[in-house]
Order: sequence, then structure tokens, then C-alpha cells
Amino acid sequence: MEQPASKEIFVTVPMIMDMELAVSKTAETLAIMSRFSHDQVDEIRHAVIEACINAIEHSRSIDRKIYLRFSLFDDRMEISVRDRGIGFDVDKVETPNLRQKLQSGSRKRGWGLMLIHNLMDDVRIETEASGTSITMVKQRTPERLREGTHG
Amino acid sequence: MADFNVNSQNFGSFAVIRSTGYINNLGGEQIAKECRELMKSGINGLILNLRESTVVNSIGISILIEIIEDIIRREGRLAFSDLTPTVAKTFKIMGLLQFADLFDSEQDAINAFNGSNQSENT
Repeated sequence: MEQPASKEIFVTVPMIMDMELAVSKTAETLAIMSRFSHDQVDEIRHAVIEACINAIEHSRSIDRKIYLRFSLFDDRMEISVRDRGIGFDVDKVETPNLRQKLQSGSRKRGWGLMLIHNLMDDVRIETEASGTSITMVKQRTPERLREGTHG
Repeated sequence: MADFNVNSQNFGSFAVIRSTGYINNLGGEQIAKECRELMKSGINGLILNLRESTVVNSIGISILIEIIEDIIRREGRLAFSDLTPTVAKTFKIMGLLQFADLFDSEQDAINAFNGSNQSENT
């Protein structure tokens, strides 16, 4: 049976410049508190930044807010980044390729989801016409888990 | 906005650019401006030391990709130094390290650039 999160933290922020950086500080604090390794903390921070930027840039949200939920479990951290935008077609998101972008002289953007998938252990995207939710999961490494159990 | 600074040091045939702060669109643009000014002055070797830029986002990096595009066009050389493991991982995921060298330290990068200049002159 799924264990409930030991802690849940809810944060709502407006979609304004550099707010993703402020939110990433919250993620950093919670990840340190949960005894993730330094590199994992940094990866969580960067993934949160990318998820927030996606919401800010692409959601076309009417309320211009990002709703975050940080769920802390014994073995992992889950972060949900939700907007009330228009959603998008996940199947139409192309995997970016730098060599192709350089050869074609095309737009250099469009890396956010790819980075999130690579920086986190599991990513779930739920999107519909009333909004998008990206849930990102980071597992604590066994070493850190052991230290936490005994510490 | 978050504080961001960029400065450069000219070594003749190449230059070191050092940034401080969050590399978002504005940070990326400031780095790009510095790089373009150096390239305009005839420098085609650039070492980007990101020791003090430990947080980046994909928009900022996409602007760095435009620098790679310029460097390739000029048949120059770009290198990064002093990246955090996550920034290095991010650059690797995006494929930047196919087109730019990565050095642990600025001094290692300078030594490599000096070495390649010497071999070109012999």
C-alpha cells in the first residue's frame, strides 16, 4: 500500500520574471532538509526552474499563477507544478536535436521537457484544456536513504 | 531581476569570459553580447568560465547555442570551464559538448588554448 507523504507543502506564485528562481530556492531548502545529495538537490532545482518556465511561457494561463505541491516521502520527493492554462498535445512535442537546430538555423528553444525528463527519475504530465500538471519525482539514492534511516 | 555580471580578459588570440549570476534570457544575452564584441575584434577562441553561474535555464542556454553557431561559422573554438556537475550534465543533455570543449578549470582551458596556438605557429 502506498505510504502517504510525510510532509506536503503548497506554494502558489504569480507568473512574473525570475519567480522560477524563488521557487527553486524552496525546492532546494526542502531537498536539503530531506537529505538529498548535493548533486540531486541541484538537479531538483534546475528541473523546477524548467517546469515553471514552461508554465510561464506556454500555458496561456488566465490567472497567471503557478501552483506547486512538494510531497516529501521517506524515499523520494515529488513536485507537482500546475497551471490553469490551455494545455498542450504531449504527442506533438518534438525531441530537440542540437545538430539539426544548428544545421537548419532554426529556433534554438524547446529544451525544457527534455531537461526535466533527464534531471528527474520519473515525470508524469497531465494536460487538458483547463490546465497542465507536471509531476516530477526524485528518488533518494540508497546511500543517502541509509544515512537518513540511521541518522 | 537577479544580479548578473559578465567580464572578459583578452589573451591575444583568445579570451576568457567570466559570468556571475543566474543565466536566464537576460544573463544569456549579456554573455552573448560580450562574446560577439570579442569576435568582432577578431578573437575566435572563447573560454566561458561559469564558476559563479551555478544556476542556468534552457532559455539562457539557447542563447549560448547562438554563440556556438557564430563560432562554428568563424571556424573558431569555444570551451566551458568550472561548471557544476548539474550545469555540465545539462550542457551534455542538450548536446553543447559536441561543439565545445569542457575543462575542469579556467587554467586548464587556457593551457589547452595556448598549446593549440603554439602548434598552429610551428
